[in-house]
Amino acid sequence: MRATVLAALAIAAVVPLVTAGLGGGEFYLGFATRIVIFAIAATSLNLILGYGGLVSLGHAAFFGLAAYGVGILAAHGVDTAAIQWPVALAACAVFAAVTGLVVLRTSGIYFIMITLAFAQMLYFLFVSLRQYGGDDGLTIATRSRLGPIDLGEPVVLYYLSVLCLVGSLWFCHRLVASRFGMVIRGARTNTRRMAALGFPVFRYQLVAFVLAGVMCGVAGILQANLTQFVSPSYMAWARSGELIVMVVLGGMGTLFGPVLGAAALLILEEVLADWTVHWMLYLGPIIVLIVLFAKRGLIGLFDRRSPPPAGGHHG
Amino acid sequence: MAEPLLEVRSLRKRFGGLTATDDVSLRLHEGELLAIIGPNGAGKTTLIAQLQGELRPDSGAILLSGAEITHLSPPERAHRGVARSFQITSIFPDFTALENVAMAVQAHAGHSFRFFRPAASEPELVEPAAAALARVGLAQRAAVPAQALAHGEKRQLELAMALAAKPKVMLLDEPMAGMGRLESERMVALLDSLKRDVSILLIEHDMDAVFALADRIAVLVYGRIIATGSADQIRRDPAVREAYLGEGHG
Repeated sequence: MRATVLAALAIAAVVPLVTAGLGGGEFYLGFATRIVIFAIAATSLNLILGYGGLVSLGHAAFFGLAAYGVGILAAHGVDTAAIQWPVALAACAVFAAVTGLVVLRTSGIYFIMITLAFAQMLYFLFVSLRQYGGDDGLTIATRSRLGPIDLGEPVVLYYLSVLCLVGSLWFCHRLVASRFGMVIRGARTNTRRMAALGFPVFRYQLVAFVLAGVMCGVAGILQANLTQFVSPSYMAWARSGELIVMVVLGGMGTLFGPVLGAAALLILEEVLADWTVHWMLYLGPIIVLIVLFAKRGLIGLFDRRSPPPAGGHHG
Repeated sequence: MAEPLLEVRSLRKRFGGLTATDDVSLRLHEGELLAIIGPNGAGKTTLIAQLQGELRPDSGAILLSGAEITHLSPPERAHRGVARSFQITSIFPDFTALENVAMAVQAHAGHSFRFFRPAASEPELVEPAAAALARVGLAQRAAVPAQALAHGEKRQLELAMALAAKPKVMLLDEPMAGMGRLESERMVALLDSLKRDVSILLIEHDMDAVFALADRIAVLVYGRIIATGSADQIRRDPAVREAYLGEGHG
């Protein structure tokens, strides 16, 4: 485990050097940053989906909401990260808490449908906001100002994203083994039993839902700074679906699975799109094959020998 | 007579045209084991579900140590000392036996909004869990994932989870279901050793077990209690023989 983590960190650290070596380094570094950002979003979804068994088909709402938080404040001349980011994350927390109060009263297919419905409501809200670009999206003139740290420098934004990912993973790692994590994971397999034991499960799931929403918001903030653009498509339900694919592809309920899944999906998309315009036609079967043959997701291909650790069970 | 620990007053529950619980009144005293027997479909599990809070009765009252709990949620009742084991084994298959029981301990160790310290490193969770496992004879199996346990062991684990909560009342729904003869005998011995410390309401089909363990027996038929008494009284009761024991159990 420790060796894997160090190796992954080493790879993440040298990416800018490698991309600088390739022609069009800016593009590759931007692409690497995008992978890291989506890895954060997938990790946040994994918290409730993989560990908590809550299949949210509206998780991208938090991604888009935080990105709009950055964009809208920037449009009004507020570009300090010290204001932008807390506001964007608070918006995610509030949206998660309010929608969570409703969706967590349901389960199964109803949970999926209602998370989708809330995300679509938000989507159409932003489509209708003409003053912020509506359907066309909103260009963000200036990146967030973060003291002396210049996010306009692609390498800086990349390393900041990596730092956020490491933080998210560390948080997840601690969380799932804690008392709180035990409750969330227990509720995944047997909510009824949890209630009989004496856990008011709803409260814990609501807090997990908010934590996951805020963590996804971090990814949205980074994405807004990467692309200097935000549009309703950030929170489209297809985007939420993509996040689910990343988690399942990589390995639900494993710490590093979603990171692997995010990288695999984005790289596949990029390579296939480069090769043929009908790339989606090929992407689908590839995902099906991976999910069929790697039952525990891509992560299962790496640690075949050892059973999943106590802190990270398979789905 | 002292105030009963658990008292049920004229409980009724109807599902459409079917009366699953029909004017049921019961008293369970401290340190007592009350068995409820009855043919399939008599409403035994429905009754337990109402005592635990998963189902709400249409009318009637449930009192624990004199305080009404009829309208409390299952977690609230659990905190007041009502533990339940399920007819169909209900454990956390991915967790080890010890983790399963530690979860039960955790439920009664304050709130669980603790986000950083690994629960497995907390002695206040692990030690009582290990003790409960030892009590049911699973100490050697603590580190085994629950899904890998034998059927009888899973039932023992289920009991350890109920015990770990240090309940006042345990509602046991067919703890011997699906067990072999040897496993059943072990479970009977185990329940016998527990009944001094905790009051037990037992639903069981295994008549040998019921007659061996129960201080009193209540017979439930079509949602009604048709007789209550000692094992001997129940064995002799003509109505019971006709309704239930007459089916070859006698």
